[in-house]
Amino acid sequence: MSDNTKTERGKKYLNPYLGGVLLGLVLLAANFVSGRGLGASGAVKSVVATSIEAVNKDAVNTMPFMAEYAQSHSGSPMKSWLVFEMLGVLVGGFLSGAVAGRLKLKVEHSPKITSRRRLIFALAGGILFGFGSQLGRGCTSGSALSGMAVLSMGGFITMMAIFGTAFALAYFFRRNWI
Amino acid sequence: MGPLAPYEIISENTNFLLAFFIGIAFGWVLESSGFSSSRKLAGVFYGYDTVVLKVFFTGAITAMLGLLFMSLFGWVDLDLIYVNPTYLTSAIVGGVIMGAGFIMGGFCPGTSFCGAAIGKIDAMVFIGGLFIGVYGFTFTYPWWEKMYMAKFLGFPKVSDKLGMSDGFFGLLLILVAIGMFIVAEWAEKKFPREEY
Repeated sequence: MSDNTKTERGKKYLNPYLGGVLLGLVLLAANFVSGRGLGASGAVKSVVATSIEAVNKDAVNTMPFMAEYAQSHSGSPMKSWLVFEMLGVLVGGFLSGAVAGRLKLKVEHSPKITSRRRLIFALAGGILFGFGSQLGRGCTSGSALSGMAVLSMGGFITMMAIFGTAFALAYFFRRNWI
Repeated sequence: MGPLAPYEIISENTNFLLAFFIGIAFGWVLESSGFSSSRKLAGVFYGYDTVVLKVFFTGAITAMLGLLFMSLFGWVDLDLIYVNPTYLTSAIVGGVIMGAGFIMGGFCPGTSFCGAAIGKIDAMVFIGGLFIGVYGFTFTYPWWEKMYMAKFLGFPKVSDKLGMSDGFFGLLLILVAIGMFIVAEWAEKKFPREEY
């Protein structure tokens, strides 16, 4: 375990405040270029919408959420800003990890828990996050971060709800992390 | 004068190409800040690593200030920039569900793609969960439609709601963030962890 940690941290991470300024500049560039913020869960939604349409051509007429989606997205759901942006995230994340020597196929978890437990909780967390991001019209990127940058009230509320809840529940899940 | 795409200074296809490059920068910054590691991300909720708080708030404030200044200089038309709508009920309930997902899964959607990009299997499983969650919502939408649409308040800015100018609210947000950064630095010393 300690060996893994050492190789993983072959190169140090960015100073967090510098990282924050860079993140802010990327978000600013998105707004300047495209008139919109960053996002992540919207790309998952595009893939989901595409797959549902592929199986059931009539889905737009029979499923209300698909109809709502089609209304706000003209053309093919895969030809969306967020899909291209998230493909970029995969490339950028990979390049950064490659340069820093952090590419490694592994399950990262506290030494106090098993890989199996970590994966079960990762799956459950993903399901909740996926569901919540649809109900809340965007995730930490699209709703909280990008919403805050344009001073959206909804963005601030969602941000406080996400972080507030995670803090409030931290005690119950402490065994997974500390 | 920006924003470029809404003003049709760049074409739709150029916009998609730039989205890809913006995504590369986004992914690079997230990964190099340590957001590809769930144990680093979750650290903020226990105080041993507060990188999330620092990067997140510095990022939001940098972009907010950038937009305010660019608007002041006439470089960007804020009326053409997308402001998220506020549906009060779903913003809160959705946020609470996401918060639970965050502390259990250790990722949010954007960071899970970063983690997956460098080979984190837990991040890949999290992404699998995201798909299940989004499918689940899409198929059961009629059950939640009322909550999804409830308490629509339009597209309010938080500064307007508080009766402040954007600039003054921005200043307050910076002061709050500095306060949180001081607490964060203190917490990392108080709850240190050797390795994770």
